Amino acid sequence: MKNHKSNLMNYITGYILSILATLAAFIIAKESLVSGWILVYVILSIAILQLVVQAVFFLHLSEEDGPKLNLTTFYFMIMVVSILVVGSLWIMKNLDYNMMPEQQNQHMLDQYNEGGF
Amino acid sequence: MFGRLGFDDLPTELITIGGALSMVGGLIAVTAGLIYFKKLGWLWRNWLTSLDHKKIGVMYIAIAVIMLLRGAGDAVMMRAQQALASGDSTGILSSDTFQQVFSAHGTIMIFFVAMGLMFGLINLVLPLQLGARDVAFPFLNSLSFWLFASGFVLINASLVIGEFSAAGWLAYPPLSGLEYSPGVGVDYWIWALQISGLGSLLSGINFLVTILKMRAPGMKLMDMPIFAWTVLGSMMLVIAVFPILTVTLSLLALDRLMGMNFFTSTLGGNPMMYINLIWAWGHPEVYILVLPAFGIFSEIVPVFSKKKLFGYTSMVWAIMSITVLSFIVWLHHFFTMGGGAKVNAFFGIMTMVISIPTGVKVFNWLFTMFRGKITYSSPMIWFLGFIATFTIGGMTGVLMAVPAIDFQVHNSLFLVAHFHNMIIGGVVFGYMAGLTYWFPKFTGFKLHEGLGKLAAWLWINGFIVAFGPLYILGLMGATRRIDHYDASLGWQWLFIIAGIGVLIIGAGIATQILQLGYSIWKRKELRDSTNGDPWDGRTLEWSTTAPPPHYNFAVIPEVKGQDSLWTSKQAKTTTKQSTTYNDIEMPKNTDAGIKLSAFAFLIGFGLVWHIWWLALIGLFGVIIQTILHLTKDDHEYTISAKDIKLHEQHRLKGTSL
Amino acid sequence: MTKPHTTNHEQSLDKAKFGFWVYVMTDCVLFATLFATYAVLRNNTAEGPSAKDLFSLNFVLLETMLLLTSSFTYGLALIFAKQNNKKMTINWLTITAMLGLSFLAMELYEFNHLITEGHAWSASAFLSAYFTLVGTHGLHIIIGLIWIFVSIFRLKQGTLNIKNNNSLTMLGIFWHFLDIIWIFIFSFVYLIGVAL
Repeated sequence: MKNHKSNLMNYITGYILSILATLAAFIIAKESLVSGWILVYVILSIAILQLVVQAVFFLHLSEEDGPKLNLTTFYFMIMVVSILVVGSLWIMKNLDYNMMPEQQNQHMLDQYNEGGF
Repeated sequence: MFGRLGFDDLPTELITIGGALSMVGGLIAVTAGLIYFKKLGWLWRNWLTSLDHKKIGVMYIAIAVIMLLRGAGDAVMMRAQQALASGDSTGILSSDTFQQVFSAHGTIMIFFVAMGLMFGLINLVLPLQLGARDVAFPFLNSLSFWLFASGFVLINASLVIGEFSAAGWLAYPPLSGLEYSPGVGVDYWIWALQISGLGSLLSGINFLVTILKMRAPGMKLMDMPIFAWTVLGSMMLVIAVFPILTVTLSLLALDRLMGMNFFTSTLGGNPMMYINLIWAWGHPEVYILVLPAFGIFSEIVPVFSKKKLFGYTSMVWAIMSITVLSFIVWLHHFFTMGGGAKVNAFFGIMTMVISIPTGVKVFNWLFTMFRGKITYSSPMIWFLGFIATFTIGGMTGVLMAVPAIDFQVHNSLFLVAHFHNMIIGGVVFGYMAGLTYWFPKFTGFKLHEGLGKLAAWLWINGFIVAFGPLYILGLMGATRRIDHYDASLGWQWLFIIAGIGVLIIGAGIATQILQLGYSIWKRKELRDSTNGDPWDGRTLEWSTTAPPPHYNFAVIPEVKGQDSLWTSKQAKTTTKQSTTYNDIEMPKNTDAGIKLSAFAFLIGFGLVWHIWWLALIGLFGVIIQTILHLTKDDHEYTISAKDIKLHEQHRLKGTSL
Repeated sequence: MTKPHTTNHEQSLDKAKFGFWVYVMTDCVLFATLFATYAVLRNNTAEGPSAKDLFSLNFVLLETMLLLTSSFTYGLALIFAKQNNKKMTINWLTITAMLGLSFLAMELYEFNHLITEGHAWSASAFLSAYFTLVGTHGLHIIIGLIWIFVSIFRLKQGTLNIKNNNSLTMLGIFWHFLDIIWIFIFSFVYLIGVAL
């Protein structure tokens, strides 16, 4: 267990870094410094950076004793979340590309009426 | 005042009236019996409010068995309909009732039978196998059970008041949307699953923490019994995917209750997103159910072959790779719904890859039996049935993993036969084997062996007769939800054979009930003379007495390596019991779980019928009850070392206190 | 993994903390599902307004700063709790709660504004996804606030002991987690939504 003073320093550092990241992202978006997909990547990268900052300085994920169970579950969740989000977007984009939503609707009703699902 | 609820919501069709009457009659009979024999207080104190994981496990199994009977009844009705409704005959069910029965069968069997049996067995066995006195959070465990029970009550209420969903076991929109299903059926489906699903999520957290934090001193992860490993994999999946189910059901409910447009066909909604999300949960769900069944067989095969499990490490790796792979195959449930070649190819290949670790496991079991001294007790009969049916199911599964083939057989009875092959052959046979195997641990007597073998053989053969014809029918073009067909197709004789198969399975279930009754009657003769180790077991649950004391182990065992009980039995050290006891802290009984779940039921019922004030009462009840429970300070009581010593002396002699 | 000299009590608190962490992870998946839904439906506006037309970035920046600051002040409360300084703990908890309440008030104001302008959740799939994602975060904030108020009440009545210290640590995990989720809402729903 670290002492209280360094704990306080942790929170202050985390707070300042978070504010800087928030403002950076805000300015980039507000002033349209970049655009298109690059904007999406930049903003999301800053958000992930801030996630790391808060995980280290606020949640103290890096200073666990013994087997690092918290960190392991955290990594596991990151994996699950990535698979879910990336997979869903990929699948849905692909479906939209091959069929318009109205067609999908009709397709599902057809399958039902044929005695499918 | 009462929302949509009125007197015309009572059942009107003959079959539903029968179902409702038997449900209400059963409830009245049981309550009257409890009052007459003055057992109500006893039931409340010793069972309903208990936090003992063994009792909670038994209650899970009790609910699962009741639901198995209902689900099997649904199956009989469906097959009877299909066997009769050829040509001019319309069969016994109206089309709408058939759809409800069809939906109820799937929902009940997965959510209430398979999940119930799974959590029941895990509750019974896992803490004992790990050498722990209870699960990590005993109160949460009771809450999980009662939420499950609350969902159970809600889904059965649909039989008496209103109707059930007719939109299939996964309620695909737009069919499950307001436009096509304006009634209460889909709402019953949503809220019954939502409430019991919350219970499953909490159980997932509970057992995960139990495995990671509560193992007996010295037990490394790689020393755990394989059953515990499979539970770990299964619970990792539960915590990863049950939130997805929660969200998906909530979004559907928001569409129906608040006029939102997630899955509607107007204003930009996209029903395919529902299908995507529900299968992102639904595919891992299958592995959640089957992994513990694999674990059970991994316990049974070594014990009845008198050999160490072949390839422990490869088994662990197989379990973990199945756990991860099962996340990335969900699209194969909707190959035909507009995915492009790349997406379909990726998910098709992943689906085939998952059969590799599963194959590793099958070979490990077979090599364990190879040159072993095999006893063909009834758990082993279940295992043999499993190997045969599960391998066939696996092969038809790999076949359907090829998108081109799937386009031919999707939505057909071929698919129905395939997944019953996995779920009956894999999950149900596994759990039945587990129930037979661990029964004496918790009762002190074995189940009758002859009747057990007969039941297993009836199930296995009934299964082949019931589902073999469905493969053929599926290839001939019969769709899964068919309730009437033209006589000229010549399908009737196949449906009749399938119906006979269902009756044979029914005879198997009847034999099991008979077996239970007979075994209780003859419990003196079937008594386990070894006082807790009837099969000459290898893992820690067999080191305590049968039934175990409520604190499981008077002294927490020290573990060195795998199969530590077996090792110490070989070294003949078990008889030397430590006699220095320490005080034990155990959780107090509490009715907070029941109250919380009762409030959750009110929320669910209120939302189904649009009785808003009832739902609000439920909501406030939940909030207040949670705060009250969490701010209470004493949840534990202490059993003194002296009492334990006294108790142990009697227990080890086999006399009661 | 039992250490030889820890008491039963410490062990059970350790378990509770880990169990709560696992719960928070499941909540991550819950939000991820909502994010995925929003991402899929964000352009399905049914000819109605899109994120670009509806949101004011300055307003949302203020909300973000409020929540971020409340996360920081919660950290201070936790430091004082570890030092057994009951009075300062209560003070910083109160400040955290005030910041949280202001955030919630702003969010409700924004919702109310959207609805009165005729952009309610039933207007399009995009709005359904927006209200559900942001609203679910808001519900979590409400739960967090109730928890903070109960903690303040209990601290005023009793003393700081290992048990409510542990409860405060868990509440801290929850509160920081909500801040992190908000950062993703801020970045993805608002910044990207308006700028793209």
